[in-house]
Amino acid sequence: MKRALAVLCFAASLSAADMCVECHSVLDGNLQAPAKAFSNDIHSRFGFSCADCHGGDRTASDPEQSMSRAKGFVGKIPRTAIPERCGHCHSDAVFMQKYKPRQRVDQLTQYRTSVHGKRLAAGDTAVATCIDCHSVHDIRETKDPLSPVHPLRLPETCARCHADAGHMAKYKLPTDQFAGYRKSVHWEALAQRGDLSAPSCASCHGNHGAQPPDVASVAAVCGTCHVMMEDLYKGSPHAPVFASMGAAGCVVCHGNHEIKRPGIGMLAGPNAVCSQCHDSDSAGGKAAAEMARQIGSLDKAIQKSDQVLAVAQQSGMEVSEALLRQREAKEALVKAAVAVHAFQPAAVQKPVQEGLAITAETFHAGASALDERRFRRVGLGVSLTAILITMLGLWLTIRTIESRKHDAETG
Amino acid sequence: MTEPGKTFAWFEERLGIASMRKFLAHKTVPVHAGTAWYYFGGITLFLFVIQVLTGTLLLLYYRPSPGEAYESVQFIMTRVQFGWLVRSIHSWSANLMILSAFIHMFSVVFLRAFRRPRELTWLSGIALLGLALGFGFSGYLLPWNTVSYFATKVGTDMAAAVPGVGHHIARFLRGGNDVGGATLTRFFGFHVAVLPGVTTLLLLVHLALVQKHGMSAPQWAEQEYVRKHVPLPQMPFFPNFFLRELMAWYAALGVLGSLAALFPWELGIKADPFAPAPAGIRPEWYFLAPFYTLKLIPSHVWLFEGELVGLFGFGLLALWWVALPFWALDRKGIERTRWVTGAGVLLLAYLATFSALGYWK
Repeated sequence: MKRALAVLCFAASLSAADMCVECHSVLDGNLQAPAKAFSNDIHSRFGFSCADCHGGDRTASDPEQSMSRAKGFVGKIPRTAIPERCGHCHSDAVFMQKYKPRQRVDQLTQYRTSVHGKRLAAGDTAVATCIDCHSVHDIRETKDPLSPVHPLRLPETCARCHADAGHMAKYKLPTDQFAGYRKSVHWEALAQRGDLSAPSCASCHGNHGAQPPDVASVAAVCGTCHVMMEDLYKGSPHAPVFASMGAAGCVVCHGNHEIKRPGIGMLAGPNAVCSQCHDSDSAGGKAAAEMARQIGSLDKAIQKSDQVLAVAQQSGMEVSEALLRQREAKEALVKAAVAVHAFQPAAVQKPVQEGLAITAETFHAGASALDERRFRRVGLGVSLTAILITMLGLWLTIRTIESRKHDAETG
Repeated sequence: MTEPGKTFAWFEERLGIASMRKFLAHKTVPVHAGTAWYYFGGITLFLFVIQVLTGTLLLLYYRPSPGEAYESVQFIMTRVQFGWLVRSIHSWSANLMILSAFIHMFSVVFLRAFRRPRELTWLSGIALLGLALGFGFSGYLLPWNTVSYFATKVGTDMAAAVPGVGHHIARFLRGGNDVGGATLTRFFGFHVAVLPGVTTLLLLVHLALVQKHGMSAPQWAEQEYVRKHVPLPQMPFFPNFFLRELMAWYAALGVLGSLAALFPWELGIKADPFAPAPAGIRPEWYFLAPFYTLKLIPSHVWLFEGELVGLFGFGLLALWWVALPFWALDRKGIERTRWVTGAGVLLLAYLATFSALGYWK
């Protein structure tokens, strides 16, 4: 067997192939798997070899030579050494310039600031290192849908450890984040609508520098995407109150991982989050009810216009201008929902009034189109009657002419 | 002499109305089981007149430029009094005219009306059908909506596939390398000036030939009456046939009005040349059969491009069909009845099946 392997390795060495891959490809089990997987690895495609991480001589056909300690062969890399091993190249801006000029080179620096990095430095080898997220031997680009850190797969990758109660037990961390996230509006956008820009774990916690955002920085994290809401919240009466309570801004009303689609049900009704702090008779309770009423009235007006325009459009009526205006009404509804973060009914009133003015116009356009449809149908009925009467007249004329002729011919 | 009598005499002196009436009184139409098919020629003519009238009205508001075409049609549909009706009738009438022309063509084939000496009537009719399809292709782009824009792209791409001259034909049609403002202007020019002019001339030739040779009676009808030793019954063209034709026109008008009022022709979404082609782009129904056939042909057939093979095949098929009156008779002058009927049935079956497949798939 050893002789056969040596012969195969020698034959491969003549073709200037990567000897590590060539020899391991004909081995069994765990010794073969890395060589098989490596053909899909981004490093393999750029011409890197096993020896670039594991040391040794990639060109030697003799296993004694290729895996010689004298040639730097280290074998399996200890988990504590993995970040530095990857960082050896990925933190070198000059080196990375040759392969991925636009890629950042601060991953290792960030990793060291992360909870994972700090615990690893303290000797905890159960925490995530580079290979736990990016995989090993078949590392793919982030944009590759098969990569475990592709936006669509990242939540599941984090959940491999963070949803594992056994793994998390010693850190006393909850394991319901992934289950909650999968019920969230963010997951819906990411997984169901395929919006790769929708937030997943790394968007809020960071990727290489992963850590939970503290109470003070939650609004800043959410504000990365929800800019207008953050601005309004900072100027609202809630911001100083929540800060003094040590409550984490947005999370107080929206939660963290299980962020549901917001709606007027959050302001008023049996599940209203406002009612958790404000009595319905208090100024805050009344303000919340008023904002819910305003937004609800615009929502209903939009639905009413949508219905009448849909019927008109299905009847073939030209209502494209009204449908375009309807989009502006829906934008006003979004603006009103954003304005809620000022927690002042007056701020919500302006976009609501704008939206209601547009829906009045679009409803009128839809209703006019339906009136026009009625007019057309009546007109068609009258025209068809006139046509049928004329055809009947023509038929009678033909019969008269032909019967006269027949009578004349038969005497 | 009374006043109306004086007026008639004035016109009679200048136009010779009495001789025209005399001529019409002598013109007859054969009466047999297939007489109803004669009406489709007249219906096609009636729909063409509707096209000219509604097209002239649309011209008052339509603007042939990429920035204004869509908006001007939208203006016609929403703001102009009865503009929706004029545009819908124009669009529906175009489709009904092509349908009626196809029915007329197949009725001519199955009634053998193309036989000697009517070969030129057949050829002028086929040319008129080609012009009607040209009207359809050029008019389809004019609203400048997404579907029409990409269908024109596909159509002109097909022209470009013709070896040697294809690139020049495509450039000529588009007025450049791609479908754009120049294409719209050209298509508008073809649609409202070139095609109507050529069609009117050819239509006059076609009608003059029909007039010269009269209506053809099918051989089976003639033979039936020969066996009975009586002449084939005839109907006076005026007023008997003319009034019946008038009834057919009114029926066509009723169908046209109903379609326009109940299913107004939609405008679609404005064309965006920089947007990707939406899924499911397909041409008008009368181009669906060749369109679907080309889709079925593999990209390469032996050494040749599939599209080229398809176009060559269509060219041969068209040539074979145009030459129908010439191969319908054998060397002894005996009609190849089975061949003609078979060819007609096969072509009809192909067009119906592939159009349906192109529409549903």
